Amino acid sequence: MKSALFILLTAILTENFVLCKFLGICPFLGVSKKLNTAVGMSGAVIFVMALATAVTYPINKYLLVANDLEYLQTIVFILVIAALVQLVELILKKFMPPLYNALGIYLPLITTNCAVLGVVLLNITKEYGFVDSILNSVGAGLGFMLAMVIFSGVRSRLEGCDIPKFLQGLPIVLISASIVSLSFMGFTGLVENIFA
Amino acid sequence: MAEKKSLGKEFRKGLIAENPVLRLVLGTCPTLATSTSVANALGMGIAATLVLICSNIVISLLRKVIPSKVRIPAYIVIIASFVTIVQMIVKAFVPALDESLGVFLPLIVVNCIILGRAEAFAGKNPVIASAVDGLGMGVGFTMALCCMGAVREILGAGTFLAGIKDLLAVFGDFSFNGFTIIPEGGAISPMLIFILAPGGFFTFGILMACANKLAEKKGKPRAELGGCQACPMAKNCALLADGKDCSEEKEDKAV
Repeated sequence: MKSALFILLTAILTENFVLCKFLGICPFLGVSKKLNTAVGMSGAVIFVMALATAVTYPINKYLLVANDLEYLQTIVFILVIAALVQLVELILKKFMPPLYNALGIYLPLITTNCAVLGVVLLNITKEYGFVDSILNSVGAGLGFMLAMVIFSGVRSRLEGCDIPKFLQGLPIVLISASIVSLSFMGFTGLVENIFA
Repeated sequence: MAEKKSLGKEFRKGLIAENPVLRLVLGTCPTLATSTSVANALGMGIAATLVLICSNIVISLLRKVIPSKVRIPAYIVIIASFVTIVQMIVKAFVPALDESLGVFLPLIVVNCIILGRAEAFAGKNPVIASAVDGLGMGVGFTMALCCMGAVREILGAGTFLAGIKDLLAVFGDFSFNGFTIIPEGGAISPMLIFILAPGGFFTFGILMACANKLAEKKGKPRAELGGCQACPMAKNCALLADGKDCSEEKEDKAV
């Protein structure tokens, strides 16, 4: 239980995927203008991350590692994730229309999202077991959601501001991201100290 | 002669006018993550350039064979194969680089510059032009990365080209291992924050502002996200960014 909480909190706060690891920057900058799209996108990311981990973990352990084929990880994982997202979209459309309406439009965007492939690969480098891998993925997804929600708030404030002309547009968004990321650095060491 | 001229143009456009990072805003994740030092940036840039050239060549060769409906998965397989090859080469010859790039080496697969060029250029153009386009875009990517790497390394670590020895080790044993700009224990110490995540966002923002300023002087539009014209998902992304629901999009699909 203790270690589960440790993994979750680390993934959400101290090793936040977007703000500390630079994974999934495209949706972070692109889809964070409005709160509801930010939440929808993050929901889909959490869902796909957990699912992708659940599917790729056995593939890696019983197919690739067992046959000394670890070098095929990248190519196998990206294909599995792409196929999985398509499949999930079809299944949701058929059997769970409400969920499809909430997440459906975000799903195709996620196939080429580096955060999903990233979390799957990181779980392997960190040598997590099945449950820990899922927890880490969910934590990473929640961290993504936290960053998106905070940042959409910052961006809605930016809209009414008088920004110097040369910073208008993307530069000021990046600089605000820098400040949000700076605030997340305050969490450094926090989780370790709680469990010390 | 005309042919040669246009090839030169294909190469040059990737450097400045259509620089993938600063003008097209593609590949932001690796740009931010691997530009902590010039050596890292160079390593990442070269690895991505290799993948870009090879995948552009193969995709261009196969452009008449691949059915357009399954082209994205086909491109991804081709790109992933080359990434695996590059990954193995790096692991064998430059293990230090493999360690410092970490997960971002396999993540070249989802670097939208590569899929983007496949979709926007290599899938429609002959082999040599595609190869040159790949080289130009790759060099442009490397240049932007090195710019960021230089700023972050000099301000954040007080060195320039530190760790270049590991990269040069491929060609033999060099004793040169970079310059020290801010000596240790001097009157000023380096600002570590530039190496860390916030410094990455900040440097990128300032560089982007400079690039915009230069572009405006030339009468070109400012760089905007959603200029991801190449990304297969760009249409949905742009709709979301505008805050529209994608109902129109769905109707399109239904038809």
